[in-house]
Amino acid sequence: MARYDRAITVFSPDGHLFQVEYALEAVRKGNAAVGVRGTDTIVLGVEKKSTAKLQDSRSVRKIVNLDDHIALACAGLKADARVLVNRARIECQSHRLTVEDPVTVEYITRYIAGLQQKYTQSGGVRPFGLSTLIIGFDPYSGAPSLYQTDPSGTFSAWKANATGRNSNSIREFLEKNYKETSGQETVKLAIRALLEVVESGGKNIEVAVMTREHGLRQLEEAEIDAIVAEIDAEKAAAEAAKKAPPKET
Amino acid sequence: MECVFGLVGEGFAVVAADTSAVHSILVHKSNEDKIMVLDSHKLIAASGEPGDRVQFTEYIQKNVALYQFRNGIPLTTAAAANFTRGELATALRKNPYSVNILLAGYDKETGPALYYIDYIATLHKVDKGAFGYGSYFSLSTMDRHYHSRMSVEEAIDLVDKCIVEIRSRLVVAPPNFVIKIVDKDGAREYAWRETVKDSIASSA
Repeated sequence: MARYDRAITVFSPDGHLFQVEYALEAVRKGNAAVGVRGTDTIVLGVEKKSTAKLQDSRSVRKIVNLDDHIALACAGLKADARVLVNRARIECQSHRLTVEDPVTVEYITRYIAGLQQKYTQSGGVRPFGLSTLIIGFDPYSGAPSLYQTDPSGTFSAWKANATGRNSNSIREFLEKNYKETSGQETVKLAIRALLEVVESGGKNIEVAVMTREHGLRQLEEAEIDAIVAEIDAEKAAAEAAKKAPPKET
Repeated sequence: MECVFGLVGEGFAVVAADTSAVHSILVHKSNEDKIMVLDSHKLIAASGEPGDRVQFTEYIQKNVALYQFRNGIPLTTAAAANFTRGELATALRKNPYSVNILLAGYDKETGPALYYIDYIATLHKVDKGAFGYGSYFSLSTMDRHYHSRMSVEEAIDLVDKCIVEIRSRLVVAPPNFVIKIVDKDGAREYAWRETVKDSIASSA
């Protein structure tokens, strides 16, 4: 088996592309990232590993704009992300220049996934070690979208999804608790999902909210803390209610 | 016979351009907007070969937008002007663009600015500038009446004086002009000065 992970272009006898699978391992080691689609709001949340005291946290932005109406978060190798994001940004402007239309979310997702796939087939280069969550509003219909790509180059649309560290737990939580939400409820759902695996607190998560009118807005630490406090209070109230029922009726 | 001119006032810059799209002796349309909004606080008034004008200014616009996404902050007016000039210079000895440009912008730190960029990649930062046959008249008029730190009313009055001069003295003067302004609140259309309306069916 070990012989088949050297070069990316080689299949193993049982049909695996080991480099792609190892890339997925790299993603599994990366920061948790979650995306939730609401009716008029889409939210991305990313785990922030404790920042070094001397580091300027503003220079480490994990949720980025690709265009006025599209944003991306990722889990995995951040340096690879920089390359992919740069190519995507150029493609967004190039598309606007040639067809005088902004890209749709599906178009740019297909483009990024296409790039990731290319590096699983050409000889001598390794795949990109990251999975992306791409959100945006369709420029004409205004419909919200959330897409995910992975190192193999596959992509699909989701109502809510997570990638990176402990993504399975987050996805399980979302499957149990997802419902159509809008506005602040969508933000709360995303943060609640992220808090399943991340230590509670505004300084451990980065959250960005996208709306049709205002584009992407990064939430301030204080705002996140306030929402986390709300969530904690709701949880405590739910706990108390569970213990109290015998008094009713 | 394309006329483009502009000037810098107190906290703003204003540019005016004729709106005729002409091919030899035929006027295709008289409401062609030749002043492009480059980004929230910049205007490009361009004159020259119609194809080059649109292709080149759109190319600059998309690259300015790309810079903003990559770096999180917009380009300054000076940077945009130098970038534009650099693109013209690079293409000059291979595949030149025949476009003359007045780039007007407003930066929070440095205020309003106007840049004169001609088709062979000359770059000058100016208080007032003009291109085309109309420049013979508008530059002279601006030289006579311009003073630094004009108010919006004074500046528009001067623009109107130039338009009157062009209309009365240029043999094939364009009938319509568009005026756009950029200040701390952004780049926007200010007014049109029309003598001919481009409507489809005038009364029979």
